Amino acid sequence: MKKLWNIMVVDDEEVMRESLAAWLREDGYSVDTAESGNDAIVKTNKREYAIYFIDLKMPGGHDGIETMMEIRKIHSDASIIIVTAYATVDTAITAMKEGAQEYIVKPCNPEEISLLVNRIIKIKNLQRENSILRKKLTKQYSFCDIISKNPKMMEIFGLIKEVASLRSTVMIQGESGTGKELIARAIHFSGDRAGKPFIGVSCAALTESLLESELFGHEKGSFTGATGQKKGKFEIAEGGTIFLDEIGDISPKLQLNLLRILQERNFYRVGGMEQIDIDVRVIAATNRNLEDAVREGKFRDDLFYRLNVINIHLPALRDRKEDIPLLVHNFIEHIGPELGREVNDISEGALKILLNHNWPGNVRELENAVERAIVTCKTKVLTEEDFIFLNNHGREKIEWSIPSELTLEEIENQAITATLHRTHGNIKEASTILGVDRSTLYDRIKKYNLPRN
Amino acid sequence: MNAIYLVQFGTIDEEIISPLEVCLWQVFGFDVKRLNPLPDPAFALDQKSGQWNSSLILKDLVRRVPDDAIRLLGITERDLFIPMLSFVFGHAQLNGPAAVISLARLRQEFYRLPPNAPVFHHRIMKEAVHELGHTFGLVHCHDPLCAMSLSNIIQHVDKKNGELCSNCSILFEEFTNHRRRNNGMEMQR
Repeated sequence: MKKLWNIMVVDDEEVMRESLAAWLREDGYSVDTAESGNDAIVKTNKREYAIYFIDLKMPGGHDGIETMMEIRKIHSDASIIIVTAYATVDTAITAMKEGAQEYIVKPCNPEEISLLVNRIIKIKNLQRENSILRKKLTKQYSFCDIISKNPKMMEIFGLIKEVASLRSTVMIQGESGTGKELIARAIHFSGDRAGKPFIGVSCAALTESLLESELFGHEKGSFTGATGQKKGKFEIAEGGTIFLDEIGDISPKLQLNLLRILQERNFYRVGGMEQIDIDVRVIAATNRNLEDAVREGKFRDDLFYRLNVINIHLPALRDRKEDIPLLVHNFIEHIGPELGREVNDISEGALKILLNHNWPGNVRELENAVERAIVTCKTKVLTEEDFIFLNNHGREKIEWSIPSELTLEEIENQAITATLHRTHGNIKEASTILGVDRSTLYDRIKKYNLPRN
Repeated sequence: MNAIYLVQFGTIDEEIISPLEVCLWQVFGFDVKRLNPLPDPAFALDQKSGQWNSSLILKDLVRRVPDDAIRLLGITERDLFIPMLSFVFGHAQLNGPAAVISLARLRQEFYRLPPNAPVFHHRIMKEAVHELGHTFGLVHCHDPLCAMSLSNIIQHVDKKNGELCSNCSILFEEFTNHRRRNNGMEMQR
C-alpha cells in the first residue's frame, strides 16, 4: 500500500532533505525532493503527493508557509507537515491556521515521524477505501441512471422490470424534477422495445394546433405553412415508445384524439385521409393531480383510465432524503469531469445543508445546485460556503424589512401562504418553520381561507 | 564480488565481530571478510549534539568499498544521527554498497540497565542484518518478527528475531538471482 503514496521533502539544505528522503524510502515510500518552494510547486504540478515535509525557513522565493499555501491550491487534500529547527508557538499557530496538518521540530524523534506518517497514510487509505466503496454503493443503488436506495423507489425499479416488456400504457406522476422522463426511459430501455425509438414530447410547450401536428403529422397544404407532408411523433416512434410529458395540459380536442389512438391503435395525419396503423407504447407523465382534474371535468375520465393502466407515483426528493448523499456523490463524479473541475468530495457540513433543504425542484434542483457549487468551488471539496446560495441558507444574509402598509393580519396571512407554498402544503413542516403548533396553523388557514398548497 | 566486508571504526571487541561474521554468512550466504580497522570518525562529530553524522560516515565508507566486495558494513561505538532525526541505530544506502551500525544504543547501559552481553550481541546481529538488508534493496517489513521491520526504539529491536521473514527472503533471493543473471551476461560479453 505504501508504494501508492508519494511523499515530497522540501528543504533548501541538501543534507536535511536527502537524509529524510532516504529514511522514508527505507520505509517503502516513493519520495521526491525539492530544494525550494518554487521547485516543489513545479513538481506538484506534474505529480500528486500525499504528504509534504516542508521546511519553514527557506531563502528566496516562497518560505514554508507560502509554499504550503500554493501547494494546497493545486492539491487541496495533500497533508502538509511543516518542519523547523526553531520552534516558536507563533509559527506553529500560523502553520496550523494556514492548513498544516502537523508541525515538527528537527531533529525529530524517528518514532514521532513514523507514527505521524503512518497515521496520515492510514487516513488516506481509509479515504481511498471510502471513495471506492461509495462508487460501489452508487452502482448497487443505480437502475438505468436512476440512483436510489429509498424503499418506494426500489419498488418502482421492481415494477419497471415487470412492466418493461408489456404494451400497457403507463402513467407517471410526480412533482417537477423527480425524474419522470428517466423512469420512462428506464421502462423503454429495459424492455423489448429498447432497440426501437424512444420519442419524448412536452405537451405543455406547444399550442394545440402545433402539438396536434407534432404528434400526428400533417399533409401538404393542410394548414397555412404546411408546405410538405410531415410525419408525426407517433409515426416516428413506430415499434417503440412515445413519452407524453405534462399530459395534464392538453386540450379537450387532443384528449379525444389521443383516446382514439389508444383505443383503435391508428390515426390520421392532420388534413390526411389515410389511416395509419401504429404499434407504439404510450407513457404519459404529469406533475398535476389528474384525479382532481377528472373530478373537475378538465380531463376526460375515459382517457385517464386508458392512460392510467400502470401507475407510477414518484416520491419527491424531500420524501427520500436518504438518497441525497448518493445523488450528490454521483453528480460530483460526473459533473466535475464534464466541467473540467477537480472536485471529488463534499464536506459533512455542506451535506447537512443539502439534507435540510426542502428541494421544491427535486432532483433537478439538487443537480443544478451541485453544478453551481462545483463551478464556484475553490478546493477539491464542496463546503458549506459553496451552497450559500440555497434559499434557507442565504436567507439569513438578506435584510428583511416589514412592508409599511400591511396590517399584522395581512403580514401573518402572507407569511403562512408563503410557508405553505414552500412546504407544498405540508402542515407539519410549515408549523415547525413558523414556530406554531399544527392546530394553530389549521385555525389560521381556516381564518384566512388559505389554499393548502 | 562475493564478500560482505566488515570494517570497524576504532576498536571493537573481537567477541562482537567474530559471531557477527558467522551470523551474516548464515543469513546472506556470502563470504564475510574484514578491512583493516579505521580510526574513530572524528570528521563526522557534530559538536552541537555530541553525536556522529551517519550520512558523512556513509559517504566515507562508499569510497572504501573493495573491488571484490558485494557490500561494506561499518561498525562504530559512536552514537549516530542523521540531520533530520535525533538518532539512528544504523544507516544504509537503499540499494547502495555501504551501511553503518552504531553499538551505542544497543547496550543495556545506555538505558541505565546492567550490562547483558547476550542481549547486546543479539541486537548487533539484528541491526547488521537490517542495515545490510536495505543495501540489498529490502524496505521495512510489516512482520514485527522480521529483521527488516522498522525499529525506532530498542524494544522494537528486541522484538524481532534477527532473520528475514519468508517474504523478505524471497525478495533477497530475487536480488541474488538477478545479480547472478547480470554477472552471467557480463561473462558472456
